[in-house]
Amino acid sequence: MHELSIAESIVEAVLQEKRRRGFQHVRKVGLRVGALSGVMVEALEFSFQAIVNETELDGAELCVEYLPVKIRCKTCGNRQTLDDNLFLCPQCGSADVDILQGEELDIAYLEVEDSPEKQGS
Amino acid sequence: MAEKIALKKKVLSENDRIAQEIRESLKKNGVVALNFVSSPGSGKTSLLERTIAALGRELRIGLIAGDVQTENDSQRLIRAGGDRVRPIVTGGACHLDARMVARVLPDFDLGELDLLFIENVGNLVCPSSYDLGEDMKVVLISTTEGDDKPLKYPAMFRKSSVMIINKIDLLGTSDFDLQRAKENALGINPDLITFEVSCRTGEGLETWFDWLRQLVKKTAGS
Repeated sequence: MHELSIAESIVEAVLQEKRRRGFQHVRKVGLRVGALSGVMVEALEFSFQAIVNETELDGAELCVEYLPVKIRCKTCGNRQTLDDNLFLCPQCGSADVDILQGEELDIAYLEVEDSPEKQGS
Repeated sequence: MAEKIALKKKVLSENDRIAQEIRESLKKNGVVALNFVSSPGSGKTSLLERTIAALGRELRIGLIAGDVQTENDSQRLIRAGGDRVRPIVTGGACHLDARMVARVLPDFDLGELDLLFIENVGNLVCPSSYDLGEDMKVVLISTTEGDDKPLKYPAMFRKSSVMIINKIDLLGTSDFDLQRAKENALGINPDLITFEVSCRTGEGLETWFDWLRQLVKKTAGS
């Protein structure tokens, strides 16, 4: 259960961005969470809601995109999304695979109001 | 006007930045750092006690012992002969993060160290997300747990470089299947270096000690 720490890191990172770029209000925080990130989405959403209203991000909504594991097999070249956690190529059985997707824990986008960068353009 | 701003920022970028600083400072001083992770009770502290007792005179070993409460583990490690032990009591947190490690690192004279062991909090989920600046993660499982642990906690086994199977003296007294445990782990991470040991009887530990000696030698020569 480290989702509360993760939620705090999200708030901290978004606040930093908000101050740096002078956004008035952050409406949405878009998050990409990979299946291998070790984060439980529901617990994270709960933690985020529990702390966000005590901050300048009051009212911001967390929108999570969950990403399954995707591999590229270095033996046969197959690219495939996996539905289990065994990192074997479903086509040829090789364990020699690259993880293309699934380890993400990224803030992908913010939906904001009043971005001064756009003013006057 | 609402506006969508693309932002590709890692949630733990601040942790990763601090971890990178730690890594560079360890590297500059030729210190090899290992981050030990496992469920509670797999034998991290026992393994470190044994390792300090065996190698403490030939290698200069620093230890950071993370615990949720109490400094019991650090006390055990000091009794085992560790003269460079620093506790981190997380006060409830289920993992160590880079900031906590950075805070105790100045207590060590890095120029006087060969190895730094970081004993993480007993937990196979949360510590996998936090880079501490280590060279590698060492994951422990024991024969009193399920042999499907690697399948249940793939992220940790994927991110570890070494797996130590402890309590092999108890094989046969539980349903733990050594071969199946190794197959499960190697299916997740084919590059895992594995050791089979008993911290109670000492079986298999000599191979682990030798590997550590070689690791230090390789780093000193690079």
